[in-house]
Amino acid sequence: MREVAVIGCGMTKFGELWKQSLRDIFVEAGLKAIDDANVDRISSMYVGSMTPGLFVGQEHVGAMMADYLGKSHIPAVRVESACCSGGMAFRLGFFEVASGHSDVVMVGGVEKMTDGADVTYALATAADQEYEVYHGVTFPGLYAMIARAHMHKYGTTRQQLALVSVKNHHNGALNPNAQFRSEVTVDQVIKATMVADPLTILDSSPVSDGAACVILASMDVAKRMKKPAIKVLGTGAATDTLALHAREDITTLKAVRQSAEAAYKMAGLKPTDIDLAEVHDCFSIAEICIIEELDFVEKGKGGLFTEQGHTALNGRIPVNPSGGLKSKGHPVGATGVAQIVEVVEQLRGQAEKRQVKNARIGLTQNMGGSGASSVVHIFEVQK
Amino acid sequence: MVGIVGYGSYLPRFRIKVDEIAKQWGRDADAVRRGLLLKEKTVPAQDEDTITISVEAARNALRRADINPVDIGAVYVGSESHPYAVKPSGTVVAEALGIVPEVHIADYEFACKAGTEAMFVAYSLIKADQMKYALAIGADTSQGAPGDALEFSASAGGSAFIFGKEKIVAELLHTYSYTTDTPDFWRREGAFYPLHGGRFTGQPAYFKHILGAGQGILKKSGLKASDFTYAIFHMPNGKFPLTVGKKLGFNKEQLEPGWIVPLMGNTYSGSSPTGFSATLDVAKPGEMILLVSFGSGAGSDAFVFKVTERIDEVRDKAEKVRDMLETNRIYLDYGQYAKFRGKIIMND
Amino acid sequence: MPSPRYHREMPQRYRLEAGKCNTCGHVAFPPRMVCNCGCRDFKDERVSDFGKILTFTTIRVAPKDFETQVPYSVAIVESDNGVRVTTQVVDCRPEDIKIGKKVKFVFRKMYTEGHTGIICYGYKAVLV
Repeated sequence: MREVAVIGCGMTKFGELWKQSLRDIFVEAGLKAIDDANVDRISSMYVGSMTPGLFVGQEHVGAMMADYLGKSHIPAVRVESACCSGGMAFRLGFFEVASGHSDVVMVGGVEKMTDGADVTYALATAADQEYEVYHGVTFPGLYAMIARAHMHKYGTTRQQLALVSVKNHHNGALNPNAQFRSEVTVDQVIKATMVADPLTILDSSPVSDGAACVILASMDVAKRMKKPAIKVLGTGAATDTLALHAREDITTLKAVRQSAEAAYKMAGLKPTDIDLAEVHDCFSIAEICIIEELDFVEKGKGGLFTEQGHTALNGRIPVNPSGGLKSKGHPVGATGVAQIVEVVEQLRGQAEKRQVKNARIGLTQNMGGSGASSVVHIFEVQK
Repeated sequence: MVGIVGYGSYLPRFRIKVDEIAKQWGRDADAVRRGLLLKEKTVPAQDEDTITISVEAARNALRRADINPVDIGAVYVGSESHPYAVKPSGTVVAEALGIVPEVHIADYEFACKAGTEAMFVAYSLIKADQMKYALAIGADTSQGAPGDALEFSASAGGSAFIFGKEKIVAELLHTYSYTTDTPDFWRREGAFYPLHGGRFTGQPAYFKHILGAGQGILKKSGLKASDFTYAIFHMPNGKFPLTVGKKLGFNKEQLEPGWIVPLMGNTYSGSSPTGFSATLDVAKPGEMILLVSFGSGAGSDAFVFKVTERIDEVRDKAEKVRDMLETNRIYLDYGQYAKFRGKIIMND
Repeated sequence: MPSPRYHREMPQRYRLEAGKCNTCGHVAFPPRMVCNCGCRDFKDERVSDFGKILTFTTIRVAPKDFETQVPYSVAIVESDNGVRVTTQVVDCRPEDIKIGKKVKFVFRKMYTEGHTGIICYGYKAVLV
């Protein structure tokens, strides 16, 4: 396989973008990425989007986005793996370049969630329709059940869960593209409106519109660019049972662990080599479980690790410097690509107030459903 | 010998007190309690209807019958609150119990006597040697218009009876029916709540038919009130069945085990069948039981049962009516009750 | 829910029918064509009537079909023969539910499709 690098990136602001349509936000992010990379020719396009059909009644968005980006006629396809559609789209784009088939590929992610659809229902389609959703369970409900089990098994506290949101809101407040740019306190998180006990609205990522795009190129092409190439060192993906209840241990996200192991192995790196990570904190408990599965901390200690400040911007391993899904926003299909946009900006040293010092190697972890699919990528800046 | 092989009941956990309903409509709760002899009534949970009540009652009947469900050749559900106007309740019940597909299924409706109609037909099929077992269910989530006198009584619950010729717990010795066309209570297609003729529902309707059937079966069987250990008369309220019992020569002790209406309310098609079920819960081998239903419209079915030795074996295999009635109660206020019963106008 | 889809799941929703792998003994609910052990040979099995709560939550923001039921509790229940299901725990207050508590499966209405659509039934759990 050839070496592959990210040579350009762009994203919209995340939030309630009332004035922009699905195609508008994608094209905005796409043009930013094209301009950032300073390339004209794109060979093909992968668009991560979870369920534009349910959100705005539009399928076939691969062709639509190529059309509206002025790239009609190139191969373009939508990739779907629930909330990790974006990360999975990136993985496919990576392989297309790595295989030698194409030199320059665009990967985007987009979701327009605020146009009046039943969002709770639409998101719940990522769970098992017949054996979870039929019973009235929601995504907050599934993660709440993980949280309850984690608290029961490992003694994780309500306060530790809240500290994930507190940290991510702190980071998001520094991110101009974040949906929520305000800090929250532990007390505010715990006393916020209950969504699914023990999780409140401030444990939960919001409903957002947004898009993010990156341009992938072969290292030969990347080296000719002015900006430092962000090399893709590793990719890893895995799946788990669709239904949460079918797993041996409800607190274990096996797909996250396996996708991380594959990416670490491909990159030839250990968890301690990672300078920063963007992870899928769709709910506070998710970040705690994920940092355990990524082996940043041993199983069961994710809450304590967070409480001790190790995942803060100036901590041992800064997690979600962008503000994460919680504060930056979570337009589901866009999230996986937006995580990569953040890592690229961090590794280029362009992250301004939220810049992680001496960041050289970054990791992204993007997850679908209650953890039934996960994809991990590891990046290194080339000097 | 033809009779009941297994019996079972189901009552929801939720309750509303007469006082709570009276308070809502500015009525005198004491007068209702004294006049109608009602204290509280069962309320179906939001996720309960005639079908779910029928399934749970029938599962209890199967636990007592200890037979293979596929040997049941007929499933009849009597109710005036079938969830679908078109599409049978019985098919869902039979499917849930694992009785399909070799089974005859029908839904019955005859106001409060649809349950005993189902029993009458199930019994007849067994007697005619048409099948090994037949399942008859009376169940309702009864309707009563807000503020109407019926709202104090209209409740939810049901009972199921498996008829057969083997493993009998109560032999059915005699039946008798008494029916005329009497417009005392009705609900038109599409109407949400039933209407009734006020005091016309008493003497010319309830009393005429239930006494007619009671007197008829005593005459037909040559039995007298004193030959029975127990009797159950349909219970639209607490007072009516006591009055009927007295007129037919029964004393309070004979009626007591089946007189569950003060705590249950009127479960319509499930009313007298559940009173009968509660009576079987305490009856001893050899004892005689008279059951007389009443359905507006109007008519009564009467049955004479004789309890067998097997009752002692099966009684404890499922929950008893009094236990369901007196334990695990969750009380609702009127607002919750109105929500549970779908009495609040909602947007689609 | 389209009625063909509803109809197809009745053996599971109404009677908790499962499949037991003839090689490793794992009870699959719903039944599947191939076991995780690779075996494709199953025999009929039923999920036990009783089980215990492994974890739970109380849903306070619900999808449209469930909105009038809020708040309602959902749990992952492990049946006595080792099958895990997601199910509502009903007829109790949320604070009555605890990890490890014993439950019984009952037959209930899940939701109705508006005022005119089909009524969807299935299993729920009650505390015992």
